[in-house]
Amino acid sequence: MSATTIVSLPDQATAQMPKRSYLNNEHGLLSWLLTADHKRIGMLYLLSITFFFFIGGAFAGLIRLELLTPQPDLVASDTYNKFFTMHGIVMIFLFLVPSVPATLGNFLLPIMIGAKDLAFPKINLLSWYLYMAGGIFTLASLVLGGVDTGWTFTTPLSTHYLNTHVLTTATAIFIAGFSSIFTGLNFIVTIHRMRAPGMTWFRMPLFCWSQYAASLLMVLGTPVLAIAIVLLALERLFGIGVFDPAKGGDPLLFQHLFWFYSHPAVYIMILPGMGVISEVISTFTRKRVFGYTAVAFSSVAIALFGFFVWAHHMFIMGVSNYSALVFSLLTMLVAVPSAIKIFNWAFTMQKGSITFETPMLYAFGFIGLFTIGGLTGIFLGSLGMDVHLTETYFVVAHFHFVMVGGMLMAFLAGIHFWWPKLTGRMYPESLSKLAAVVTFIGFNLTFLPQFVVGYLGMPRRYHAYPAEYQVLNVLSTAGATILGVGYMLPILYLGWSLKYGAIAGNNPWQATGLEWQIQSPPLTENFLETPIITHEAYDYEWLEEKMKLEKQEVTHVG
Amino acid sequence: MGISPVLWQFLVNWLHSSALFPTEASTIAPYTDALYFFLIGMTIFGVVLVGALVTVFSLKYRREKHPVAVQIEGSTLLEATWTIIPLAIFLVTFVWGALLYFRIYNPPANSMNIYVVGKQWMWKAEHPGGQHEINALHIPIGQPVQLTMISQDVFHSFSIPDFRVKREVIPGRYTTVWFQATQTGKFHIFCTQYCGTLHSGMIGEVTAMTPADYQKWLSESTSGMSLAQNGERLFASLGCIQCHSGNAASRGPNLAGVYGSKLTLTNGQQVTVNDAYLRDAILNPSEHVTAGFSPIMPTYQGQVSEDGLIDLVEYIKNMQSNYRVHQTLMTSDSDKAAPTTPTTGTTQER
Amino acid sequence: MPREHAVHDEHDEHHSLPQLRHHFETEEQQREAGSFGMWLFLLTEIMFFGGMFMAYLLYRNWYYPAFAAASNQLNVPLGAINTAILITSGFFMALGVWAAEVRKKSTLVLMLVLTAVFGLAFLGVKSDEYYEKYEKHHIPGNSFNISEFVNPPINAKTGKPTEEPLMPDMAQKTQVFFFLYFAMTGMHAFHMIIGLFLLVWLIWRAQRGDFTSGYVAPIENFGLYWHFVDIVWLFLFPLLYLINRHPFK
Repeated sequence: MSATTIVSLPDQATAQMPKRSYLNNEHGLLSWLLTADHKRIGMLYLLSITFFFFIGGAFAGLIRLELLTPQPDLVASDTYNKFFTMHGIVMIFLFLVPSVPATLGNFLLPIMIGAKDLAFPKINLLSWYLYMAGGIFTLASLVLGGVDTGWTFTTPLSTHYLNTHVLTTATAIFIAGFSSIFTGLNFIVTIHRMRAPGMTWFRMPLFCWSQYAASLLMVLGTPVLAIAIVLLALERLFGIGVFDPAKGGDPLLFQHLFWFYSHPAVYIMILPGMGVISEVISTFTRKRVFGYTAVAFSSVAIALFGFFVWAHHMFIMGVSNYSALVFSLLTMLVAVPSAIKIFNWAFTMQKGSITFETPMLYAFGFIGLFTIGGLTGIFLGSLGMDVHLTETYFVVAHFHFVMVGGMLMAFLAGIHFWWPKLTGRMYPESLSKLAAVVTFIGFNLTFLPQFVVGYLGMPRRYHAYPAEYQVLNVLSTAGATILGVGYMLPILYLGWSLKYGAIAGNNPWQATGLEWQIQSPPLTENFLETPIITHEAYDYEWLEEKMKLEKQEVTHVG
Repeated sequence: MGISPVLWQFLVNWLHSSALFPTEASTIAPYTDALYFFLIGMTIFGVVLVGALVTVFSLKYRREKHPVAVQIEGSTLLEATWTIIPLAIFLVTFVWGALLYFRIYNPPANSMNIYVVGKQWMWKAEHPGGQHEINALHIPIGQPVQLTMISQDVFHSFSIPDFRVKREVIPGRYTTVWFQATQTGKFHIFCTQYCGTLHSGMIGEVTAMTPADYQKWLSESTSGMSLAQNGERLFASLGCIQCHSGNAASRGPNLAGVYGSKLTLTNGQQVTVNDAYLRDAILNPSEHVTAGFSPIMPTYQGQVSEDGLIDLVEYIKNMQSNYRVHQTLMTSDSDKAAPTTPTTGTTQER
Repeated sequence: MPREHAVHDEHDEHHSLPQLRHHFETEEQQREAGSFGMWLFLLTEIMFFGGMFMAYLLYRNWYYPAFAAASNQLNVPLGAINTAILITSGFFMALGVWAAEVRKKSTLVLMLVLTAVFGLAFLGVKSDEYYEKYEKHHIPGNSFNISEFVNPPINAKTGKPTEEPLMPDMAQKTQVFFFLYFAMTGMHAFHMIIGLFLLVWLIWRAQRGDFTSGYVAPIENFGLYWHFVDIVWLFLFPLLYLINRHPFK
């Protein structure tokens, strides 16, 4: 059913499932749990983050359901607080941070640069186990009764005033943090040391650049979160006053340490998504990405600037006026590389030959929503505006536009785009187009009203709210329902396609990446022989030549 | 703004009636809203521009119309354009936002001061005259009001959306915010920083009244003792009066008129005496020893509540002479000379 | 770890050495990747300790007298001895790397054992110091006692207090110092303990001859780690023990 909508797929009609692939190389559960194959680990991650995505999503649903009415009528206040805490923790630490890097990155990064595996396969497996351990601690804190600090763990609330499972959750985040440190470390070493002959830095696909930039942030930022969490746990355990003003500590120090990680974490979440979008747009316009170098460097620039803007989360907390000025200015600067990317993507389409498969639709969704998300970030980076908007639903809407409208759209674009490579089968095209459109509509209906209700002044994390905000909240809840449907659909049809999907063939999209030149699903060792790269990334003329040669070979043999 | 006032009014009214837009009830609000509309304009412009590019290219260069892609490397000129123009817009926003920020957080000199204490899960406002209110705040319109705020426990955040002001309320240090209401009415107070179980219950109401009504309200709700009077009582009962007597030979510095002056500390630091300094000097005296005095003052950490500290600060703030200090000292000295009576709690406490 | 992949390596003729993992092209690539990874890991460690250094600098600035007084309570001779022990340990580690490179098995084992012995000695001295803090009630928490800072002991000869007495509110802040002292040295000691476990494993493998046939990467990388731990101490020692000690006039 899918083949009809995809144009000119020469090798798909005759495509066959390869006899041997990484999927059937070894059998049994144990061969998966002890695997060192980056592709299998990527699939393990895909399964586990999907599981946690739906847990986090369930909490989001409950939150929206409670906010349907102004009265606190569905659950008690402390339960509601646990809902949004768990929603935040699960979505950020167990879904968004690992989403693209740990699944698609793990699977594709080595193939894209022509390597057989990541530099440290066992550390890669270890990082999945650490992720799962973090996930189990999170589930444990959930089962034991939950935690209600909010994902930001503000001291002294989290250290002296709450009697919930803060330590269990802190342990979870600490462990999951090491998982992302190891993933980032692995990626950086792999990109530096494992590139195939001829694969220079500027021949790498932009996906690799964005993974590289995100990895830098993981490696440098996450340890600071780890130490902040350790100090918080010690303070809570032993009643010591590092962050407690009554004992001479400074509660703002925690905020500084926390945001020193958690702001760059935003870029950990979005940069890999930008990499996906570059690949998708290039492929479906059959055209080189406009201004490759600018897009590559803008990823690195975002990563670098990203480290120097953390205090913009604290403009109203009494940081000095002058440091507020500096951080506001830097925030404005970090917005520029994102703007560059948006325009470069748009102009990639110019004089292309564009088709509109599902990944492309998700990518359009990304561009639209990320533009809104990015520009509303300017509101919050602007000092005086931030005073009124911070800690309201405006902020909630802003970061959901970036994280969900941006990253999740990119993630889904990537999953659909590489699904043929991951599994060897196509997803059903028309159903998935429907899902993309439903998601886009549902998303806007959910989060656009939140900008308005935020400017009206509705604070975030409110269990009950004044009645005049109800109309907008009802709209938002209605949107969330649609959004939920939009996210359920892919699970169903992707599951279906595992067995019944059309066989994809090596390169169903006629894309230029190295991953498309090998069989789908790939062999355990990826390449039969180490590729030697002689062309730039996104070189469609090279691909055309290659196709011609292959055709000739086939006719000769025939 | 280049918008004509009539059009502006129309826009504002239209938005009010459809409840998409909060009341403009303070002098700050129009400034904030102007920047907001500028930013909304920028966002719409950006989204429309990107949307138009994507749509036009999609239509013009779709596979059916344009079967073979033309490979383009990039264009330095174009890329420079969309680097510099956004940068310029963002810098304008930065300057505009910074100016607004300074306007919001720098109170005029003539503003009246009200103290606010935040605790789980209520706001307590204390007027200089001693009027206390819980989850409510009465203020006069047309008069700058500064709030000096502190939290007794966790982070809170004091927000009045209709005034477009907000400030974090932090344990252990004073923060301030100011506004000048322009219309009478009732407006929401929210705690916007998540502060525990009943976070969403930490709400209140500002009642903005005409100055005459405000005076009437003040006189009707007075408890009899002003903050400074409470402070004076604490000053005596905690024993502060013994060292800070204002006599030449006293062991502590003279506090009359000290508020607003510049002090040199023993470590050579120059400080201006403000509310925060006074509070901190009571709790952590050894970090704040005035030059020429020995570090003998005990700490009052844990002995005075935030309310009590506010009383003391307010008292010292308004202390112009040591006349009343001497009066009190003389009374208590004569008490001391007399046979011990249980009524002289002030001296016995020491 | 090399053995499990031997199966995949069979058909690849240029994989000459048994320790070459299947996904690397050459042994040099593997070695470079390993040491590059180690350097990156150490970078994350720097960020990890950096958070605590940040807190230390902030509070030292705020509570200077308390930090000076509390710092005077630390035992400088023991700290100095420990510094020497740790440097010696690092020296043996460096010799160990050399021994592995020149393929001298018994020397390598000896050097690793000496590294471990000196590492243990460091921890012994450290625990003695911790015990002293325990006896003096200088461990932050409920039993923390500030009386020594408020009323310093009187020197019998001069009849004056040995230290400048602190006011109680400032004396309370010594707890912040001791907390940071324990957090930083504790985290450092924790890294040493992990290192010792790794050392035992490396010694076991070294005496089996794993590292004296041209495959020195594990020894080299562990050496990097061990030297990093040394260097952290070389920052901690002056910061906690030495700076702003003020002999009481």
